[in-house]
Order: sequence, then C-alpha cells, then structure tokens
Amino acid sequence: MTATKYLSVIDKDGKVAKGKDPNLDAEELRRLYRVMVTTRVMDERALVLQRQGRIGFYVPATGQEASHIGSAYALRDSDWIFPSYRQPGIPLLRGAKIDHLIAEWYGYEGDICKGRQMPVHYSLRSIHFVSVSSPIGTQISHAAGCAMAMRMRKHDGVAMTYFGDGATSSNDFHSGLNFAAVYRAPVVFVCENNHWAISVPVSAQSGTEEMAVKAEAYGMPGVRVDGNDVLAVYRVCKEAVERARRGEGPTLVETVTFRMGPHSSSDDPSKYRDAATVEQWKRRDPIQRFQRYLQQRRLWNEAFEKECQESARATINEAIKRVEATNKPAPRTMFEDVYMTMPPHLQEQMQDLLSLEGPAAADEGAFPL
Amino acid sequence: MTVMTLIQAVNDALKHEMRRDDRVVVFGEDVGVKGGVFLATEGLQAEFGKDRCFDTPLSECGIIGTAVGMALYGLRPIPEIQFLDFIYPAFDQIVSEAAKMRYRSGGEYTCPMVIRSPYGGGIKGGHYHSQSAEAYFCHTPGLKVVIPSTPADAKGLLIASIRDEDPVMFLEPKRIYRTLKQEVPEGEHVVPIGKGRIVREGKDATVIAYGAMVGICEQAAELAAKEGRSVEIVDPRTLVPLDEPLILDSVRKTGRCVVVYEAPRTCGYGAELAAIVAEKAIEYLEGPIVRVAGFDTPFPYTLDNLYMPDARRVLRGIQKTFQW
Ligand SMILES: Cc1ncc(C[n+]2csc(CCOP(=O)(O)OP(=O)(O)O)c2C)c(N)n1
Ligand SMILES: [Mg+2]
Repeated sequence: MTATKYLSVIDKDGKVAKGKDPNLDAEELRRLYRVMVTTRVMDERALVLQRQGRIGFYVPATGQEASHIGSAYALRDSDWIFPSYRQPGIPLLRGAKIDHLIAEWYGYEGDICKGRQMPVHYSLRSIHFVSVSSPIGTQISHAAGCAMAMRMRKHDGVAMTYFGDGATSSNDFHSGLNFAAVYRAPVVFVCENNHWAISVPVSAQSGTEEMAVKAEAYGMPGVRVDGNDVLAVYRVCKEAVERARRGEGPTLVETVTFRMGPHSSSDDPSKYRDAATVEQWKRRDPIQRFQRYLQQRRLWNEAFEKECQESARATINEAIKRVEATNKPAPRTMFEDVYMTMPPHLQEQMQDLLSLEGPAAADEGAFPL
Repeated sequence: MTVMTLIQAVNDALKHEMRRDDRVVVFGEDVGVKGGVFLATEGLQAEFGKDRCFDTPLSECGIIGTAVGMALYGLRPIPEIQFLDFIYPAFDQIVSEAAKMRYRSGGEYTCPMVIRSPYGGGIKGGHYHSQSAEAYFCHTPGLKVVIPSTPADAKGLLIASIRDEDPVMFLEPKRIYRTLKQEVPEGEHVVPIGKGRIVREGKDATVIAYGAMVGICEQAAELAAKEGRSVEIVDPRTLVPLDEPLILDSVRKTGRCVVVYEAPRTCGYGAELAAIVAEKAIEYLEGPIVRVAGFDTPFPYTLDNLYMPDARRVLRGIQKTFQW
C-alpha cells in the first residue's frame, strides 16, 4: 500500500522544479533559514551543557528542522500547536523568549513550568504552544478536541499536532484521527517519521511501510512529504491548513525525515543502527539543502551564514549566562498549581517540609533514557 | 554466589527462567537489540531469539492486551512497561482483564504473567519517569504486587513471580538499580511471594518500608541509634499478599510504628499498612502510627530531592512516635 504522493520541492543541488516553488519572499526565506540554524545551534549547545552536567537531559531535533519548522510556518500565529518533545524550532519561529526555553532546561526560577518538568517539556501559552507531555501520543486527541471546539465556536483557527512514527501505535493516534474525521475538525496531524522510536525501527512499529496510508481508513487525506525539504513540507502543510480552515476537515501529513542524533542525551544509537544509513541521511541535511536553494536565489552567502551562526550562538550563550545566574525554584513552589487554591492538607504538608532542619538530601541520579 | 546489582539480578532471573521454561517470553519497547533502556533484558534476544524476546510497537495497551492473549493460550508472558509512569494506557487491560479473568470465568481461564516495570524517583526523571503507582494495583483484586529492595530479593522474587499462577506486578525501584551490589545465589533462587523480611532488628520502634525507601530508612535508623533509639526495619517485599504476621509481631514487640513510602501520601499503600496495624495491634501501641510519604503533588523535577522522603524526614517520623 502506498500513499497518494510524495513531494519534494528542492533537489539536491538546490534547484526547484518549475511550478513547485511556493514563492516566499526573500526576507521570509531568510528568517526561516535563521530559525533552522538557531535550532541546530541550540541542540549543539544543549548537548554540551548536558555532558558538562549543567543540565540533566536533552532531546535533540537535529535533522528534523525542516519538518517541524516548515510545517508550523504554514500556520497563522493564532493557530494552536500540540507538540511532542521534538519541535524546539517552533518556539523560536513564533518568537518565544529564549530565556524561557533555557530556564526550562535548567528548571530554574525563570522557568514558566517552575522546574516541574524535564528539559524540553515547554509550555508557552503566549504563542499557543501547549504544554509538552512525556507520555507518547496524548497530544493527538487533544488537538482533535481543540479543533472541535474551534469549530463549535465558529472560529477560523486550526490546530496542528506533532508526533513520531512510534506514536502512530498509541491509542490516542487512533482516537484523535477518528474523532477529527467524524467531526471534520480543523486539525493537521503531522507525523514526523524519523524512522526510529528509540531503538525500534519503523519496520517493527507498523505493518505499513508508510504512515500516511493510515489516514484513508479514518476518512481523511494522507500525504507523504520529503521531511528534509522545508519548502515541500511548507507547501503540503499550507494546503492541509487551508483545507482545515475552509471546514473540509483534517489531514494526516507524514514528513519523512531522520533522527540524525541520539534519541536523547542518554541514548547511544550505535548500538542499534548502522553508521552507513546515518551517513546517507547526513547528505540529505535539511539545512544544507535549504542553503543551496537560497544560494541559487542569491539570498545566501558566507557572510550571511557567519552572521546567522554567530548571532545564534551569542543569543543562546547570553541567555545561558543569565539563567545560570538565577536559582532553583523555592521549595514552596512544589505545592503550588496542584489546584487553583492550595487545600489544607497540602498547606500542612508544605509547612511540614519548610519546618525541617538540617541539609536536604543531596541531588542525585542521572537520567538513563 | 556472584556479586550483582539489582538490574543484573533481574537479568539473571529472566535468563534462568527462560532457560528452564520455554513458555516464558519477554517483550516490550526497546527490550530486544537495545536490551531495555535500563539493560534489564540485555542479551536475551541474542540467546533466546526474536520469538522469545522482542520489541513491540509503542502501545502499552497493546503490550498488555496481547500478553493476556498469550497467557490465555498457555505462554508465560513477561511484558515490560518501560516506565511505570507509562502504564496507564494499559490500565484497562490490567485491571479489567488480566486481574479479573480467573474470577469472572469461574477459574476456567487464568492470566499468569509478570508485568515488570521500573518505578519510583531518584533519577532526575521529572513527573513522568518517577511515579510510584503501586497503590492503584494493590487496590485491584486479582493482582499480586511485588517490590524487591535488594539484588538477591530481586532475583528470588522475580523467579517466584514467573512461576506464580496469577498476574504479578513486579515493580523495580530504579533508583537502586545500580547503587546496591550484593551477593546473589547462582542458579536456582526462589524467594516466596507473601513473605517479608526483617532488614534490621531493633526494639523501640518498627519502620515499615519497601523498594528504595528501605535504604533511606536504614540511614534514618543509624541517626536514631545516635539518639539512643533502636529501630527495627521491616520490608514486606510483597505488598499483595502481605506478610501481616511479620509486621504485627514486630509492632507488638516495639510498640511503635512508622510507615514510609515515596508515593503521594493520600491513599498510598502505607495508609493500608497503618490501618492494618491500627486494627490489629492498637493495644500494643505506645504512640501514634506515623506516615512519612511523598507529598500530594505531582512528582517535581528540580526539587525531586525534597519531594522524596529522606533520612531526616524519616528520623522526624520516628521522633514523632515517641512524642506522646
Ligand atoms: C506511553 C509511553 N510509552 C513509552 C515512552 C518511552 N518513550 C519515550 S520516547 C519513545 C519513542 C518515541 O518514538 P516516536 O514516536 O517515533 O518519536 P521520536 O522520539 O522518534 O520523535 C518511547 C518509547 C513514553 N514516553 N510514553
Ligand atoms: Mg520516531
């Protein structure tokens, strides 16, 4: 069984076939490029911080920048995002404060989530980026429900949700797609097929080679797109978003991409996949591909590259400095936000903790996954 | 005897049973080539092949649902749930199906299986890699719930669980997967389900703890000893069925009882322990039963060291039983 189409826009030399270019203007193209580069730099910095023991954990998205940034770019800023943990470029695209992201890695007092979640589990309401959960797939049905609500309210918003190939096995994938199709909800399901769910390859995950074909059984279009081609991803998602906004229902988009790095800072992929495949995919690097396109259009040169890289590095490093100068959240914050107002039993438990004398137990443990 | 960590002891028990009984199959996310994210299943696929140790799609519901089917057909499935925090999609299959199969079929059908899962805090895992969800399962008739606190017990209890005719939740305290090393008997080693152990003898107060909290209570007992109080520690090892005589005998001897668990306090398993002691040994008590537990909040990330009971909190609990 194969999906309806597989779209690439930019070829390996950066050329675009006639009629396929979405014709974005120069400034927008450069902005997209800058966000992709910044996302990559952020990954590199974070992995170093993790190795230095300055943050506890990290999930890189290296190799998947085109997939998540190109798709989110097809939305209006007011549309809602239901992310997984692997779309760090979207907050950057939508102008989130870098300090908020980095404070979240550290779990320090400047963290919007008050140090309650592991690194990269952002919550950024100001940019409609809904709180990231670790349990795989749960956001898929949330996106369907949010889109149903948009429809009930007669708003013209769209919800976009992200998940991996592994997540297509989850109950929420089934429920989410089923509900969305039944209620013709304005939602776009973006399955980032990076070929691996930790050590489990797609071939052991699904009886179908392609994820997009699953759409058919639910009653919605499924589209397969070259996930390392930012313009192709954008084009396909733009179409899906417009369809949703016109009230024609949901779409499943499968972005075919590759997780170039480890699953997370604690994974060693050399144990379960061969280096040759990784090398092959390296040659399809989404950033280099886009760079060649920009070069063709004379929107890229060495000086621009240098400036992108340096400003990304400077922005991130300055934010790291600012965050590292702050503290852990105060112990009482642990008891806040469980409920709107703190019930008596939690107040009692909080007092119990605050009245303890002597040093707290040492911070121990390292995350193994 | 071989010196092993708790995780190595789990691995050893799995190999031992897979060699002995070809009905035993191990499956779950990343348990094959990778050998599990904690390496509990390392080497199993190489030794026993892909039919007996295999990776599954990412669906806890599917993992347990198919395990039920395999058990019905006569296999001995040992599904792994990568973290106990991710077991909830399988809750229905565990609670409504596996746990009730024997009862609802009048004993015609049964579901002997061992659901293995790492649980508990202490690895900087935030609230989705740290939960202690044992109480949900203890509350479900039909399930046995086993929690080892040492490498030797991990091996012996896991082997007993695999040979048990009922579904067993085998919860592994991941915080001490590699921190404890101990001599573990080679080959056959069975620790019966339903028998607790006295971790440390004492005469002034009984502290009941399981999993990673046992070690914390040993630290607290040392601190209490400096204050002149002799603390006895009891590890029930299996929460369901519970070795009540061991616990009650200890409390009757010491006259004081502290219950320690890292799960949220409200309706935690320690509440059940406290109730049993109150019901059956209140006339021996010389002070209130004290619970030292996790707080009634989700498990935090940055402040996880403050969330989990530590030696000073356990010590204060011990002191409280004397302030009467
Ligand atoms: C319900 C659940 N089960 C298991 C896990 C552990 N886990 C974390 S990520 C992951 C693999 C996810 O793969 P995929 O959906 O392809 O996303 P990717 O990481 O490749 O982006 C697993 C098994 C989890 N987080 N949630
Ligand atoms: Mg994947």
